[in-house]
Amino acid sequence: MAELGASDAHTASLRTFPVRHPAAVFGRIMLPHAFVSSRFSPMNIFKYSSPQSFYPLAGKLVPWLAGIAAILAVAGLYLSFFVAPTDAQQGEVYRIIFIHVPAAWMSMVIYLAMAFWSAVGLAVGTRLSFYMSQALAPTGALFCFLALWTGALWGRPTWGTYWAWDARMTSQLLLLFLYFGHIALTNAIEDTRRADKAGAIIALVGAINVPIIYFSVKWWNTLHQGSSINMTKSSMATTMLIGMLIMALAAWAYSIAITLVRVRSIILERERRTDWAAAEIRLQGASA
Amino acid sequence: MIWDSFSAFIDMGGRGAFVWGSYGVTLLLIVVELWALSRRRKDTLRRLLRLQQLDKDDQQQ
Repeated sequence: MAELGASDAHTASLRTFPVRHPAAVFGRIMLPHAFVSSRFSPMNIFKYSSPQSFYPLAGKLVPWLAGIAAILAVAGLYLSFFVAPTDAQQGEVYRIIFIHVPAAWMSMVIYLAMAFWSAVGLAVGTRLSFYMSQALAPTGALFCFLALWTGALWGRPTWGTYWAWDARMTSQLLLLFLYFGHIALTNAIEDTRRADKAGAIIALVGAINVPIIYFSVKWWNTLHQGSSINMTKSSMATTMLIGMLIMALAAWAYSIAITLVRVRSIILERERRTDWAAAEIRLQGASA
Repeated sequence: MIWDSFSAFIDMGGRGAFVWGSYGVTLLLIVVELWALSRRRKDTLRRLLRLQQLDKDDQQQ
């Protein structure tokens, strides 16, 4: 060991530390006990990258998320209709904002989440990542459609038109087509591994559109107004802003709950040949 | 209180069709998604159970 420089005290002290794999260090994260199946033990988050362990975890989280979504939605709607004041310029029609903005945010966030899972899936090769991406798509499409629909119904009384080929609206419409494209493509390709890859590529390439939507109101001076809130100041009354943020949180909880339910069906479908999934199908299929 | 009466609430300052058209379609689509999701789970389970039984029959022959 002399050639390693045992006389160098610094090196020697470093060598007394046991060498650990990074996963062993970063994977052990303490979470509240409610989320840990074996109580009072550190949970390894990498464990949940396997469909077999994620399936029951997702099942346990769904009722909590659904409950949170329902409570937030009731609180948000109460603020939206009974606390937030009438807008000085627009009157009551502005109340569409409480679904329009959360839906538009959600449609962008979900697409970015799909791109994230797709990147993870392509880089690491985890099957669950592709399942997550595909489970997110229909809910993303739903919020994207709602953003366009509520925007049209808001545009008519305030701008005098349901639709214009404005930069924001056109890029948002493109997002809807990207969602449809992703759903159609992943369902149309018979070979599931190829379908995963094709869907991942649409999700990653299409993600370029998300910052375009977001910054469109700055880059092009067309019909759609600029954002009503930013980090430093807000053009909205406080109760309006809080109502909108609570509705946005409700949309988050709803989306996660729905995605987890959907991914459980996808997991069973794709993992049906494994022993645990076959057992779950026998157990649950009999009463379905 | 913002609303003098229930009809004022429904009327939304004359913009009721736009406001309720937005909220109504949102509610409708959420209900449809929840329904489709529960149906998908049941359909998946039934179909996979059948596939499993067909596989078992094949193996026995």
